[in-house]
Amino acid sequence: MLTSLLSISLGAILINNFIFSQFLGCCPFLGVSQKVDSAIGMGLAVTFVMGLSSALGYVVNLILIKFGLEYMQTLAFILIIASLVQLVEMFLKKSIPSLYSALGIYLPLITTNCAVLGVVLLNVQNNYNFIESVVYGITGGLGFMLAIVLFASVRERLQFAEYPKSFEGFPIALVSAGLLALAFMGFSGMKIW
Amino acid sequence: MNIKQQFKEGLITNNPVLVQLLGMCSTMAITTSLFNGVGMGLSVIIILTCCNIAVSACRKFIPGEIRLAIFVVLIAGFVTIVDLLLKAFVPALSDALGVFIPLIVVNCIIIGRAEAFAAKSSVAASAVDGIAQGLGYTLVLSAMCIVREFLGSGSFGGGLLNGANSFLTMDGSGAGFQIFNGETYGCLFMILPLGGFLTLGCLIALMQYVLRRSAEKKELKEKEAAE
Repeated sequence: MLTSLLSISLGAILINNFIFSQFLGCCPFLGVSQKVDSAIGMGLAVTFVMGLSSALGYVVNLILIKFGLEYMQTLAFILIIASLVQLVEMFLKKSIPSLYSALGIYLPLITTNCAVLGVVLLNVQNNYNFIESVVYGITGGLGFMLAIVLFASVRERLQFAEYPKSFEGFPIALVSAGLLALAFMGFSGMKIW
Repeated sequence: MNIKQQFKEGLITNNPVLVQLLGMCSTMAITTSLFNGVGMGLSVIIILTCCNIAVSACRKFIPGEIRLAIFVVLIAGFVTIVDLLLKAFVPALSDALGVFIPLIVVNCIIIGRAEAFAAKSSVAASAVDGIAQGLGYTLVLSAMCIVREFLGSGSFGGGLLNGANSFLTMDGSGAGFQIFNGETYGCLFMILPLGGFLTLGCLIALMQYVLRRSAEKKELKEKEAAE
Protein backbone atom coordinates (compact mmCIF):
# COMPACT_ATOMS: atom_id res chain seq x y z
CA MET A 1 0.00 0.00 0.00
CA LEU A 2 2.63 2.48 1.12
CA THR A 3 4.98 1.62 -1.72
CA SER A 4 2.24 2.04 -4.30
CA LEU A 5 1.38 5.45 -2.82
CA LEU A 6 5.06 6.40 -2.88
CA SER A 7 5.40 5.35 -6.49
CA ILE A 8 2.27 7.32 -7.41
CA SER A 9 3.62 10.43 -5.68
CA LEU A 10 7.10 10.24 -7.17
CA GLY A 11 5.57 9.53 -10.56
CA ALA A 12 3.26 12.53 -10.37
CA ILE A 13 5.93 14.94 -9.11
CA LEU A 14 8.99 13.94 -11.12
CA ILE A 15 8.66 11.16 -13.67
CA ASN A 16 5.31 11.99 -15.22
CA ASN A 17 5.25 15.64 -14.26
CA PHE A 18 1.90 17.12 -15.27
CA ILE A 19 3.45 19.89 -17.30
CA PHE A 20 6.72 18.56 -18.63
CA SER A 21 5.62 15.13 -19.68
CA GLN A 22 1.82 15.21 -19.95
CA PHE A 23 1.25 18.79 -21.11
CA LEU A 24 -1.61 19.33 -18.69
CA GLY A 25 -2.03 22.86 -17.36
CA CYS A 26 0.19 24.67 -19.83
CA CYS A 27 -1.99 27.79 -20.04
CA PRO A 28 -1.55 28.95 -16.41
CA PHE A 29 2.01 27.59 -16.53
CA LEU A 30 2.87 30.04 -19.30
CA GLY A 31 0.50 32.80 -18.21
CA VAL A 32 1.22 33.09 -14.47
CA SER A 33 4.96 32.52 -14.42
CA GLN A 34 6.26 36.08 -14.69
CA LYS A 35 7.06 36.31 -10.97
CA VAL A 36 8.05 33.67 -8.43
CA ASP A 37 5.59 34.99 -5.80
CA SER A 38 2.51 34.65 -7.96
CA ALA A 39 3.78 31.31 -9.22
CA ILE A 40 3.90 29.98 -5.65
CA GLY A 41 0.37 31.28 -4.97
CA MET A 42 -0.94 29.71 -8.15
CA GLY A 43 0.81 26.43 -7.36
CA LEU A 44 -0.73 26.30 -3.87
CA ALA A 45 -4.22 27.10 -5.14
CA VAL A 46 -3.97 24.47 -7.89
CA THR A 47 -2.67 21.83 -5.46
CA PHE A 48 -5.55 22.53 -3.10
CA VAL A 49 -8.20 22.39 -5.83
CA MET A 50 -6.65 19.30 -7.43
CA GLY A 51 -6.64 17.40 -4.13
CA LEU A 52 -10.22 18.34 -3.31
CA SER A 53 -11.57 17.68 -6.78
CA SER A 54 -9.87 14.28 -6.89
CA ALA A 55 -11.67 13.32 -3.69
CA LEU A 56 -15.03 14.71 -4.86
CA GLY A 57 -14.54 13.29 -8.35
CA TYR A 58 -14.09 9.81 -6.92
CA VAL A 59 -17.33 10.03 -4.97
CA VAL A 60 -19.29 11.50 -7.87
CA ASN A 61 -17.94 8.84 -10.21
CA LEU A 62 -19.21 6.14 -7.82
CA ILE A 63 -22.66 7.75 -7.88
CA LEU A 64 -22.61 7.99 -11.68
CA ILE A 65 -21.64 4.32 -11.99
CA LYS A 66 -24.40 3.31 -9.58
CA PHE A 67 -27.02 4.94 -11.81
CA GLY A 68 -25.35 3.83 -15.06
CA LEU A 69 -24.56 7.38 -16.14
CA GLU A 70 -20.87 7.00 -16.98
CA TYR A 71 -21.32 8.99 -20.19
CA MET A 72 -22.06 12.08 -18.10
CA GLN A 73 -18.58 11.98 -16.55
CA THR A 74 -17.08 14.97 -18.38
CA LEU A 75 -20.11 17.14 -17.72
CA ALA A 76 -20.35 16.14 -14.06
CA PHE A 77 -16.63 16.63 -13.41
CA ILE A 78 -16.45 20.09 -14.95
CA LEU A 79 -19.48 21.15 -12.89
CA ILE A 80 -17.87 19.86 -9.67
CA ILE A 81 -14.64 21.69 -10.45
CA ALA A 82 -16.41 24.94 -11.30
CA SER A 83 -18.49 24.88 -8.10
CA LEU A 84 -15.48 23.83 -6.03
CA VAL A 85 -13.43 26.76 -7.32
CA GLN A 86 -16.34 29.07 -6.59
CA LEU A 87 -16.55 27.66 -3.06
CA VAL A 88 -12.82 28.04 -2.47
CA GLU A 89 -13.06 31.61 -3.74
CA MET A 90 -15.89 32.50 -1.35
CA PHE A 91 -14.15 30.77 1.57
CA LEU A 92 -10.85 32.58 0.96
CA LYS A 93 -12.61 35.91 0.52
CA LYS A 94 -14.25 35.53 3.94
CA SER A 95 -11.49 33.97 6.00
CA ILE A 96 -8.09 34.74 4.39
CA PRO A 97 -8.62 37.96 2.44
CA SER A 98 -4.87 38.55 2.06
CA LEU A 99 -4.34 35.30 0.13
CA TYR A 100 -7.52 36.01 -1.83
CA SER A 101 -6.28 39.36 -3.07
CA ALA A 102 -2.84 37.90 -3.82
CA LEU A 103 -4.35 35.22 -6.08
CA GLY A 104 -6.73 37.66 -7.74
CA ILE A 105 -7.79 36.66 -11.23
CA TYR A 106 -5.91 33.35 -11.15
CA LEU A 107 -8.37 31.77 -8.78
CA PRO A 108 -11.41 31.64 -11.11
CA LEU A 109 -9.06 30.68 -13.96
CA ILE A 110 -8.30 27.38 -12.22
CA THR A 111 -11.67 26.17 -13.51
CA THR A 112 -10.30 26.09 -17.04
CA ASN A 113 -6.97 24.57 -15.98
CA CYS A 114 -6.77 21.28 -17.79
CA ALA A 115 -4.56 19.79 -15.06
CA VAL A 116 -7.55 19.80 -12.69
CA LEU A 117 -10.00 18.12 -15.05
CA GLY A 118 -7.14 15.97 -16.29
CA VAL A 119 -6.33 14.57 -12.85
CA VAL A 120 -9.96 13.63 -12.22
CA LEU A 121 -10.22 11.89 -15.60
CA LEU A 122 -6.87 10.13 -15.12
CA ASN A 123 -7.98 8.87 -11.70
CA VAL A 124 -10.97 7.23 -13.35
CA GLN A 125 -8.89 5.91 -16.23
CA ASN A 126 -6.26 4.38 -13.92
CA ASN A 127 -8.90 2.86 -11.60
CA TYR A 128 -7.39 4.48 -8.52
CA ASN A 129 -9.15 3.95 -5.19
CA PHE A 130 -10.09 6.84 -2.92
CA ILE A 131 -6.74 7.27 -1.15
CA GLU A 132 -4.74 6.80 -4.34
CA SER A 133 -6.92 9.39 -6.11
CA VAL A 134 -6.38 11.98 -3.40
CA VAL A 135 -2.63 11.31 -3.26
CA TYR A 136 -2.37 11.51 -7.04
CA GLY A 137 -4.30 14.80 -7.02
CA ILE A 138 -2.18 16.42 -4.31
CA THR A 139 1.16 15.22 -5.63
CA GLY A 140 0.18 16.13 -9.17
CA GLY A 141 -0.51 19.63 -7.87
CA LEU A 142 2.87 19.66 -6.10
CA GLY A 143 4.52 18.64 -9.37
CA PHE A 144 2.73 21.50 -11.08
CA MET A 145 3.95 23.86 -8.37
CA LEU A 146 7.53 22.63 -8.69
CA ALA A 147 7.41 23.16 -12.44
CA ILE A 148 5.84 26.61 -12.33
CA VAL A 149 8.17 27.89 -9.59
CA LEU A 150 11.28 26.59 -11.39
CA PHE A 151 10.04 28.12 -14.62
CA ALA A 152 9.20 31.46 -13.02
CA SER A 153 12.72 31.78 -11.64
CA VAL A 154 14.15 30.97 -15.08
CA ARG A 155 11.85 33.52 -16.61
CA GLU A 156 12.87 36.28 -14.20
CA ARG A 157 16.42 35.81 -15.49
CA LEU A 158 15.27 35.87 -19.10
CA GLN A 159 14.72 39.61 -18.89
CA PHE A 160 18.46 40.12 -18.97
CA ALA A 161 19.11 37.71 -21.82
CA GLU A 162 19.58 38.67 -25.43
CA TYR A 163 17.56 36.89 -28.07
CA PRO A 164 16.14 37.65 -31.55
CA LYS A 165 13.33 40.17 -31.55
CA SER A 166 10.82 37.73 -33.02
CA PHE A 167 11.26 35.46 -29.99
CA GLU A 168 10.04 38.14 -27.61
CA GLY A 169 7.32 37.08 -25.18
CA PHE A 170 5.86 33.60 -25.56
CA PRO A 171 8.32 31.95 -27.98
CA ILE A 172 11.37 32.39 -25.76
CA ALA A 173 9.32 31.21 -22.79
CA LEU A 174 8.31 28.09 -24.69
CA VAL A 175 11.87 27.35 -25.74
CA SER A 176 13.13 27.68 -22.16
CA ALA A 177 10.25 25.51 -20.94
CA GLY A 178 11.43 22.97 -23.49
CA LEU A 179 14.89 22.99 -21.96
CA LEU A 180 13.36 22.44 -18.51
CA ALA A 181 11.38 19.55 -19.97
CA LEU A 182 14.67 18.14 -21.22
CA ALA A 183 15.98 18.24 -17.65
CA PHE A 184 12.87 16.45 -16.39
CA MET A 185 13.37 13.77 -19.05
CA GLY A 186 16.30 12.63 -16.92
CA PHE A 187 13.76 11.15 -14.48
CA SER A 188 11.98 9.14 -17.14
CA GLY A 189 14.06 6.01 -16.69
CA MET A 190 13.45 5.91 -12.95
CA LYS A 191 11.41 3.04 -11.62
CA ILE A 192 10.28 2.40 -8.06
CA TRP A 193 10.03 -1.20 -7.04
CA MET B 1 -17.48 41.43 -41.72
CA ASN B 2 -17.38 39.24 -44.81
CA ILE B 3 -16.56 35.57 -45.01
CA LYS B 4 -13.21 36.02 -46.75
CA GLN B 5 -12.05 38.38 -44.01
CA GLN B 6 -13.14 35.92 -41.30
CA PHE B 7 -11.21 33.08 -42.89
CA LYS B 8 -8.11 35.24 -43.27
CA GLU B 9 -8.34 36.14 -39.58
CA GLY B 10 -8.88 32.57 -38.42
CA LEU B 11 -6.09 31.12 -40.53
CA ILE B 12 -3.43 33.82 -40.31
CA THR B 13 -3.81 37.26 -38.78
CA ASN B 14 -5.83 36.17 -35.75
CA ASN B 15 -4.86 32.50 -35.62
CA PRO B 16 -6.14 30.96 -32.36
CA VAL B 17 -2.86 29.27 -31.43
CA LEU B 18 -0.12 31.39 -32.97
CA VAL B 19 -1.60 34.85 -32.36
CA GLN B 20 -4.26 34.52 -29.65
CA LEU B 21 -2.10 31.93 -27.82
CA LEU B 22 -5.10 29.75 -26.88
CA GLY B 23 -5.30 25.98 -26.59
CA MET B 24 -1.59 25.36 -26.15
CA CYS B 25 -1.83 22.16 -24.08
CA SER B 26 -3.41 20.03 -26.76
CA THR B 27 -1.29 21.65 -29.48
CA MET B 28 1.90 20.46 -27.82
CA ALA B 29 0.65 17.19 -26.39
CA ILE B 30 -0.90 15.34 -29.30
CA THR B 31 1.12 16.49 -32.30
CA THR B 32 3.27 13.41 -32.69
CA SER B 33 1.69 12.00 -35.85
CA LEU B 34 -0.44 13.55 -38.58
CA PHE B 35 -3.29 11.15 -37.76
CA ASN B 36 -3.63 12.57 -34.24
CA GLY B 37 -3.29 16.17 -35.40
CA VAL B 38 -5.89 15.99 -38.15
CA GLY B 39 -8.29 13.96 -35.99
CA MET B 40 -8.04 16.41 -33.08
CA GLY B 41 -8.38 19.35 -35.49
CA LEU B 42 -11.55 17.94 -37.05
CA SER B 43 -13.08 17.22 -33.63
CA VAL B 44 -12.38 20.78 -32.53
CA ILE B 45 -13.85 22.22 -35.76
CA ILE B 46 -17.09 20.30 -35.17
CA ILE B 47 -17.33 21.22 -31.47
CA LEU B 48 -16.36 24.85 -32.01
CA THR B 49 -18.87 25.34 -34.82
CA CYS B 50 -21.72 23.68 -32.89
CA CYS B 51 -20.91 25.69 -29.75
CA ASN B 52 -20.68 28.96 -31.62
CA ILE B 53 -24.05 28.33 -33.27
CA ALA B 54 -25.69 27.33 -29.97
CA VAL B 55 -24.23 30.25 -28.01
CA SER B 56 -25.13 32.72 -30.72
CA ALA B 57 -28.68 31.39 -31.02
CA CYS B 58 -29.23 31.66 -27.25
CA ARG B 59 -27.34 34.90 -26.73
CA LYS B 60 -30.51 36.91 -26.12
CA PHE B 61 -31.77 34.59 -23.35
CA ILE B 62 -28.53 33.97 -21.45
CA PRO B 63 -28.26 36.23 -18.40
CA GLY B 64 -24.88 37.97 -18.28
CA GLU B 65 -23.86 36.94 -14.75
CA ILE B 66 -23.96 33.19 -15.29
CA ARG B 67 -23.07 33.09 -19.00
CA LEU B 68 -19.72 31.38 -18.45
CA ALA B 69 -21.29 28.53 -16.50
CA ILE B 70 -23.87 28.06 -19.27
CA PHE B 71 -21.15 28.11 -21.93
CA VAL B 72 -19.20 25.44 -20.07
CA VAL B 73 -22.24 23.17 -19.80
CA LEU B 74 -23.02 23.63 -23.52
CA ILE B 75 -19.41 22.87 -24.45
CA ALA B 76 -19.30 19.81 -22.18
CA GLY B 77 -22.45 18.51 -23.87
CA PHE B 78 -21.01 18.79 -27.37
CA VAL B 79 -17.66 17.34 -26.27
CA THR B 80 -19.44 14.32 -24.76
CA ILE B 81 -21.30 13.76 -28.05
CA VAL B 82 -18.08 13.89 -30.09
CA ASP B 83 -16.25 11.72 -27.54
CA LEU B 84 -18.89 9.00 -27.74
CA LEU B 85 -19.04 9.21 -31.56
CA LEU B 86 -15.26 8.82 -31.82
CA LYS B 87 -15.30 5.88 -29.39
CA ALA B 88 -17.94 4.19 -31.53
CA PHE B 89 -16.66 4.88 -35.04
CA VAL B 90 -12.93 5.76 -34.85
CA PRO B 91 -11.70 3.87 -31.77
CA ALA B 92 -8.05 4.17 -32.91
CA LEU B 93 -8.23 7.96 -32.69
CA SER B 94 -10.02 7.81 -29.36
CA ASP B 95 -7.24 5.58 -27.98
CA ALA B 96 -4.45 7.75 -29.40
CA LEU B 97 -5.82 11.03 -28.06
CA GLY B 98 -6.94 9.51 -24.76
CA VAL B 99 -7.75 12.06 -22.10
CA PHE B 100 -7.30 14.97 -24.50
CA ILE B 101 -10.71 14.49 -26.15
CA PRO B 102 -12.70 15.12 -22.92
CA LEU B 103 -10.19 17.87 -22.14
CA ILE B 104 -11.50 19.86 -25.15
CA VAL B 105 -14.03 21.12 -22.57
CA VAL B 106 -11.32 23.25 -20.98
CA ASN B 107 -9.66 24.16 -24.28
CA CYS B 108 -9.54 27.95 -24.12
CA ILE B 109 -10.20 28.31 -27.85
CA ILE B 110 -13.80 27.21 -27.52
CA ILE B 111 -14.81 29.24 -24.47
CA GLY B 112 -12.71 32.14 -25.80
CA ARG B 113 -14.54 32.27 -29.13
CA ALA B 114 -17.92 31.84 -27.42
CA GLU B 115 -17.20 34.80 -25.16
CA ALA B 116 -15.35 37.03 -27.65
CA PHE B 117 -17.33 36.40 -30.81
CA ALA B 118 -20.43 34.20 -30.69
CA ALA B 119 -22.01 36.01 -27.73
CA LYS B 120 -22.12 39.21 -29.78
CA SER B 121 -22.71 38.07 -33.36
CA SER B 122 -25.38 36.58 -35.61
CA VAL B 123 -25.76 32.82 -35.98
CA ALA B 124 -24.38 32.70 -39.54
CA ALA B 125 -21.32 34.79 -38.70
CA SER B 126 -20.66 32.64 -35.62
CA ALA B 127 -20.85 29.45 -37.66
CA VAL B 128 -18.33 30.82 -40.16
CA ASP B 129 -16.13 31.97 -37.29
CA GLY B 130 -16.22 28.48 -35.77
CA ILE B 131 -15.13 26.88 -39.05
CA ALA B 132 -12.44 29.52 -39.72
CA GLN B 133 -10.93 29.41 -36.23
CA GLY B 134 -11.15 25.63 -36.15
CA LEU B 135 -9.34 25.43 -39.49
CA GLY B 136 -6.65 27.77 -38.17
CA TYR B 137 -6.18 25.43 -35.19
CA THR B 138 -6.07 22.37 -37.50
CA LEU B 139 -3.52 24.11 -39.72
CA VAL B 140 -1.18 24.73 -36.79
CA LEU B 141 -1.65 21.19 -35.47
CA SER B 142 -0.85 19.72 -38.89
CA ALA B 143 2.21 21.93 -39.31
CA MET B 144 3.49 20.89 -35.87
CA CYS B 145 2.84 17.21 -36.64
CA ILE B 146 4.62 17.36 -39.98
CA VAL B 147 7.70 19.09 -38.55
CA ARG B 148 7.95 16.88 -35.45
CA GLU B 149 7.31 13.66 -37.31
CA PHE B 150 9.74 14.48 -40.09
CA LEU B 151 12.59 15.47 -37.77
CA GLY B 152 11.81 12.84 -35.16
CA SER B 153 11.21 9.71 -37.19
CA GLY B 154 11.89 10.73 -40.78
CA SER B 155 8.38 9.97 -42.00
CA PHE B 156 5.44 11.94 -43.32
CA GLY B 157 1.76 11.41 -42.58
CA GLY B 158 2.13 8.66 -39.96
CA GLY B 159 -1.15 6.92 -39.16
CA LEU B 160 -3.08 8.80 -41.80
CA LEU B 161 -1.34 7.95 -45.07
CA ASN B 162 -0.20 4.59 -46.26
CA GLY B 163 2.12 4.30 -49.23
CA ALA B 164 1.26 0.77 -50.25
CA ASN B 165 -2.31 -0.27 -51.01
CA SER B 166 -4.92 2.08 -49.55
CA PHE B 167 -3.80 5.67 -49.65
CA LEU B 168 -5.85 7.03 -46.75
CA THR B 169 -6.31 4.94 -43.62
CA MET B 170 -8.91 5.63 -40.98
CA ASP B 171 -7.69 3.30 -38.25
CA GLY B 172 -4.32 4.89 -37.60
CA SER B 173 -2.40 1.90 -38.91
CA GLY B 174 -0.75 3.60 -41.89
CA ALA B 175 3.02 3.76 -41.59
CA GLY B 176 3.36 6.99 -43.58
CA PHE B 177 6.03 7.69 -46.16
CA GLN B 178 9.52 7.02 -44.91
CA ILE B 179 11.69 9.89 -46.17
CA PHE B 180 14.93 9.03 -44.40
CA ASN B 181 15.97 6.37 -41.95
CA GLY B 182 14.46 7.67 -38.73
CA GLU B 183 16.00 5.05 -36.48
CA THR B 184 19.54 6.03 -37.39
CA TYR B 185 19.27 9.71 -38.24
CA GLY B 186 16.07 10.92 -36.53
CA CYS B 187 16.17 13.26 -33.54
CA LEU B 188 14.16 11.29 -31.00
CA PHE B 189 13.67 14.37 -28.82
CA MET B 190 11.35 15.96 -31.39
CA ILE B 191 8.73 13.30 -30.59
CA LEU B 192 9.22 13.77 -26.83
CA PRO B 193 7.71 16.71 -24.87
CA LEU B 194 10.80 18.85 -25.52
CA GLY B 195 10.07 18.79 -29.26
CA GLY B 196 6.56 20.09 -28.64
CA PHE B 197 7.79 23.11 -26.70
CA LEU B 198 10.56 23.86 -29.21
CA THR B 199 8.43 23.51 -32.34
CA LEU B 200 5.59 25.65 -30.99
CA GLY B 201 8.04 28.30 -29.78
CA CYS B 202 9.68 28.50 -33.19
CA LEU B 203 6.33 28.58 -35.01
CA ILE B 204 5.07 31.47 -32.85
CA ALA B 205 8.37 33.30 -33.37
CA LEU B 206 8.01 32.82 -37.14
CA MET B 207 4.46 34.17 -36.98
CA GLN B 208 5.57 37.22 -34.97
CA TYR B 209 8.32 37.83 -37.53
CA VAL B 210 5.91 37.65 -40.48
CA LEU B 211 3.32 39.88 -38.81
CA ARG B 212 5.96 42.44 -37.85
CA ARG B 213 7.38 42.51 -41.37
CA SER B 214 3.97 43.00 -42.95
CA ALA B 215 3.14 45.79 -40.48
CA GLU B 216 6.44 47.51 -41.28
CA LYS B 217 5.76 47.23 -45.01
CA LYS B 218 2.30 48.69 -44.57
CA GLU B 219 3.71 51.61 -42.60
CA LEU B 220 6.29 52.27 -45.29
CA LYS B 221 3.64 52.27 -47.98
CA GLU B 222 1.47 54.67 -46.02
CA LYS B 223 4.44 56.95 -45.53
CA GLU B 224 5.17 56.92 -49.26
CA ALA B 225 1.55 57.61 -50.06
CA ALA B 226 1.53 60.54 -47.62
CA GLU B 227 4.61 62.01 -49.24
